[in-house]
Amino acid sequence: MNLFLDAFAWLLDPASWQGPSSIAVRIGEHLFYTALAVLIGAAVAIPVGWLIGHTGRGREIAVGVAGAARALPSFGLLFLFVMIAGVLLRGPSTILVLVLLAVPPILAGAYAGLEVIDRRVIDAARAVGMTEWQILWKVEVPLGLPLLLGGLRGGTLQVVATAVLAAFVNLGGLGLPIVEGIALRDYGRMLGAAMLIIALALLLDALFAVLDRVAIPRGVRAGRVTDVRTASPRRRAAADPPATTEKETV
Amino acid sequence: MTWVLNNLEQIIELTLVHIRLSILPIVVGFLVSIPLGWVAHRYRHTRGLILTVVGLLYTIPSLALFVILPPVLGIPYTSEANVLIALSIYAVAIMARSMADALASVDPDITQAATAVGFSSWRRFWTVEFPLAGPVLLAGLRVVAVSTVSLLTVGVVVGVGSLGYLFTNGSQRGILASVLAGVVATVLIALVFDRVLALLGLWLMPWTRSERRARTSIVDPSRSATA
Repeated sequence: MNLFLDAFAWLLDPASWQGPSSIAVRIGEHLFYTALAVLIGAAVAIPVGWLIGHTGRGREIAVGVAGAARALPSFGLLFLFVMIAGVLLRGPSTILVLVLLAVPPILAGAYAGLEVIDRRVIDAARAVGMTEWQILWKVEVPLGLPLLLGGLRGGTLQVVATAVLAAFVNLGGLGLPIVEGIALRDYGRMLGAAMLIIALALLLDALFAVLDRVAIPRGVRAGRVTDVRTASPRRRAAADPPATTEKETV
Repeated sequence: MTWVLNNLEQIIELTLVHIRLSILPIVVGFLVSIPLGWVAHRYRHTRGLILTVVGLLYTIPSLALFVILPPVLGIPYTSEANVLIALSIYAVAIMARSMADALASVDPDITQAATAVGFSSWRRFWTVEFPLAGPVLLAGLRVVAVSTVSLLTVGVVVGVGSLGYLFTNGSQRGILASVLAGVVATVLIALVFDRVLALLGLWLMPWTRSERRARTSIVDPSRSATA
């Protein structure tokens, strides 16, 4: 437990919070990389996901991308991209790796959000004369929001975890105190940084939990099952009673 | 290419180490998740608690966990146990949710029928619910296998050898082939694990052979579990 005292000592030491290498700067860098990568990833993945979800075509692509991305070791990819692009372009290379990590969960969320919608709702929208564009914006997008937010949440957590590795290509972030700590055998600094990273990840997770409640239209929430990912998409799409309540009766 | 040929022995050795270190967390994740997922599935109160805890565990970035585990458990940083325990935690975190989802995917009519013809809850679980939950469980296990193989590479940062060594070493010495070989070998191991598990699933669950296409649903859009 002594090491934890060292960690808190490092975290609470005013010197750690001053100058160009202060903890605040590291947090800023970390959040900057995360936000940038998630925004770019969302700008790419959401339109594609909606297109796949709306047309129902290209489903295999979404599944394939998500599966393949998981197998890629981001740590190796980071070094690979930086070495290929050159040290001067290590910033964009790192962001590219983070974007690659952010895309699959967001794509899956955007696409799955549209896929789980009751087909009859969309047929009804079409029957009352909505154009395809209106169906997408007024029906599918709001109804798909819970799963899209889930995807964004997953993507953000993935990126925040991997942004730690940016320190290995000299880009700072909260991984840097860990790298320095390993080099200097300063376990307090390593541990302090690790705790900060965990706190940051949990904070972002909580932020999305709040967003989940605020951003979802009332009508969507009213018809929502308690746990959106428990029931299989197919079952919910058919407007069956949610599996969560079914199983209690067994 | 010449670098790869010259260092083939080392690459193969690291690959074997990587495979050896990946298997244990996958097995632990599978075994621990069975009771955990069952409890989460069976009782409403434990469900929220278990799924929230595993969701939070999964939120912890891997490198931070590698750093924080040794002082908590009192083991040296460079011990294999550190990485094995950390990866087992992730595996359990994914599999517990998978198991709960898998059990929820079993048609309640079938479990009721089993109860009606007199199955005890123990026998019903092992002979009816568990096999029928198999396909969803297998999907979770494949995710665990692939992500364990990938996450293991980060272990080299705290000094646990694996294919990740090819990344750090190659980067420090400026050998692109080393990093590339590491990436390719890691992806290959992940793909082989994935195929082996898929084939194992077809062998153990022959009834899924015909409906295989319908079963491969899109992966969980969110990494974290708290809904």
